[in-house]
Amino acid sequence: MRQTRSVEIGTGLFVLLGMSSLFFLTTQTTGRDDFKAESVYTVEARFENIGSLRTRAPVTMSGVTIGRVTKVAFDATTLEAVVHFVIDAQYDQIPDDTDASILTSGILGSQYIGLQAGGSDMYLEDGSEILFTQSAIVLENLIGKFLVNAGSSDEDSD
Amino acid sequence: MKQTFTDLRNNFVEFLRTFGAFQLFFLRLLRYSPAILTTRMGLVIKQVHNAGAQSLVIIMVCGLFVGAVLALQAYSNMSKFNAEDWTGVAAAFALVKELGPVMTALLFAGRAGTALTSEIGLMKATDQLSAMEMMAVNPVRRVLVPRFLGGVIAMPFLAAIFSAIGMYGAHLIGVEVFQVDVGSFWQQIQLTVEISDVNEGIIKSVVFGVAASLIAVWEGYNTVPTAEGVGHATTRTVVITAITVLVFDFMITAAMI
Repeated sequence: MRQTRSVEIGTGLFVLLGMSSLFFLTTQTTGRDDFKAESVYTVEARFENIGSLRTRAPVTMSGVTIGRVTKVAFDATTLEAVVHFVIDAQYDQIPDDTDASILTSGILGSQYIGLQAGGSDMYLEDGSEILFTQSAIVLENLIGKFLVNAGSSDEDSD
Repeated sequence: MKQTFTDLRNNFVEFLRTFGAFQLFFLRLLRYSPAILTTRMGLVIKQVHNAGAQSLVIIMVCGLFVGAVLALQAYSNMSKFNAEDWTGVAAAFALVKELGPVMTALLFAGRAGTALTSEIGLMKATDQLSAMEMMAVNPVRRVLVPRFLGGVIAMPFLAAIFSAIGMYGAHLIGVEVFQVDVGSFWQQIQLTVEISDVNEGIIKSVVFGVAASLIAVWEGYNTVPTAEGVGHATTRTVVITAITVLVFDFMITAAMI
């Protein structure tokens, strides 16, 4: 009987330790989903270039996450990227001329959508489209432009 | 020439026979598993204790040092790019996806797999298994299935403990020794590691658990019933488990990447 008792205690301890480790791994090492909303509305935006934006990327306004990208698609007729994202329904007073740009957190960080409030008194609602968008900044293009500018300014000074 | 050809063919046929018998053995274990799990849980718990709880010390100590050495290596390389904050990310990815399940499976083969094989092998060598058959007790049901299930249940927990303790080891080296900022250390980990990465580790550890326990039990059951035979079977358990685990690791990673 004593034997069984200690075996059971040891096994219980082991399984408890294993489960708490699993819990630790799933909650502490994975990204905390800081976006939880009871109800959401979907908005779409078209970009010329979305860089490496992907689904589940955050949508922020003034640095606060208020939504999440749900779908990234390509429109074959306009040749643009169509990004669908959801916004927490409690933020229902976002002007419909709000500007959406694809930004990067840190120099090599992941990309997210930043919203910049406009001045309209009409608000975004389910299914509306953001008209003012700014594409992702692709580092190679930037360097390319910089080199071209540097070259042309040299010629000017001659 | 003709002799060589016959030998080759016979060897191949023999290999096929062993491989087929192994698969049938696996199916046999699986067939008895639900009944054992519902009616003889006590036997399984005892084996979870043998395979899992008694492997805790080796798993925890190894996990701590593997995590610590990962952080050391990551830090010394990341610091060349001024990316010390990524020390934890490198350690976390390596632990959760690869080293946690793989190292645990290899340690499991060495610690619990050999114990299983030699225990069953000795039971066979001392005719205990035959004695059971005489008493109309099915040794596969009574002896092999609980040991197999014990290993399968223990492995995912062991791998999770290994990874978690490893993360603590990485934290000790990264944050306490090298003074990486504790906030950015964990924030980078949380931003980069996805739940699917943890799932990949769990899937691997379940597969490895089945493979390692199955091989240990199979080798024990098919031991040549002599002292030498038990020794050979134990060696084969470690060798075959190591090869199987590493090949499966490659295949699962390739499938999930």
